[in-house]
Amino acid sequence: MAVEVRIPTILRTHTSGEKIVQGSGDTLQALFTDLDSRHNGLAGRVITAEGGLHRFVNVYVNDEDVRFTGGLGTTLKDGDSVTILPAVAGG
Amino acid sequence: MARYDSILDALGDTPLVGLPKLSPSAEVRLWAKLEDRNPTGSIKDRAALSMITAAEADGRLVPGSTILEPTSGNTGIALALVSRLRGYRLICVMPENTSEERRQLLELYGAQVIPSPAAGGSNQAVAVARRLAAENPDWVMLDQYSNAANAAAHTAGTGPELLRDLPTITHLVAGLGTTGTLMGTGRYLREHKPDVTIVAAEPRYGELVYGLRNLDEGFVPELYDEKVLSRRISVGTSDALRRTRQLVGEEGVFAGPSTGAVVHAALVVANEAVRDGRRADIVIIVADAGWKYLSTGAYTGTLDEAAEALDGQLWA
Repeated sequence: MAVEVRIPTILRTHTSGEKIVQGSGDTLQALFTDLDSRHNGLAGRVITAEGGLHRFVNVYVNDEDVRFTGGLGTTLKDGDSVTILPAVAGG
Repeated sequence: MARYDSILDALGDTPLVGLPKLSPSAEVRLWAKLEDRNPTGSIKDRAALSMITAAEADGRLVPGSTILEPTSGNTGIALALVSRLRGYRLICVMPENTSEERRQLLELYGAQVIPSPAAGGSNQAVAVARRLAAENPDWVMLDQYSNAANAAAHTAGTGPELLRDLPTITHLVAGLGTTGTLMGTGRYLREHKPDVTIVAAEPRYGELVYGLRNLDEGFVPELYDEKVLSRRISVGTSDALRRTRQLVGEEGVFAGPSTGAVVHAALVVANEAVRDGRRADIVIIVADAGWKYLSTGAYTGTLDEAAEALDGQLWA
């Protein structure tokens, strides 16, 4: 269950500057637990103390915003691509 | 009747055109609502007129008032036209990584442009404008991100026009910026056609645009209510440009890059409908035409060259 995770500039302090890291997990929640074991503090930047996604962070699995696919319970499969991005204004 | 008393009276009631070549089958059809056929060439004319009219009605705007607005371009240009005709001074805070055409158009309509830093995208423009508004209490910041009159323009106009022209609509796909288009049109369609699917196509820019100093500088428009949406699809620069070229190449619709992102998301939805054997009438919102982006390189050279040229630009 290998998943590729794209890390935004602002969170690369947790990945030694790496732009793309590998992780594993059946769900997004499990993936962040796995990532945090190697990239200390990363999960805490994305997930709040209450266990939800940080208001100003968007997470996508294969380009779909996970807030519409089950949030942190979104299931993952081998080869999925996960992207983390800060929320920015459009318009 | 196609005669109007003034340019502002010609706003809205835009054409809905079929996209027979991009549509995967006779049962799964794509339709384009041509919002570039508005007075300044973008869907933002609807929001601009609505916000100014509402501010006049509640007394915030009086003749000679100064309007201040953070904008990546289209809203500013639309506000500039209405301001010029109604006698207001307009100051726009615009990120410096937007196309040259937008700045020229703003100045042509008489607006003053204050540039904001490229890094951080529109977030920085919003932050600069909110600071200027605090320093100049007599200026009126309409604030397209929180102004209910932005979304209301689409509940009153875009939504009813779509249902009138395509009663069989199953999906609406539009770009996500201020979220006004999707919130306003989406609410109207959900109320009158509860089974409709509302899809947001969100531009995914180059890294520079996401260069915030900390996550708390992030921004979610006050207008945004995720319950109105069914799904939200992120579309990168390359896919957006490829679809923009496909749209003009196959259907003759010359649109801006943000519409390419919308087409990309619409084709995801269309292909799923084909796979599942469902009928679909999918509306894509063409927010603007390509004219304002010619200088960016979006339409020339290879796709890779174009994507590279737009990297770090706010192309939607």
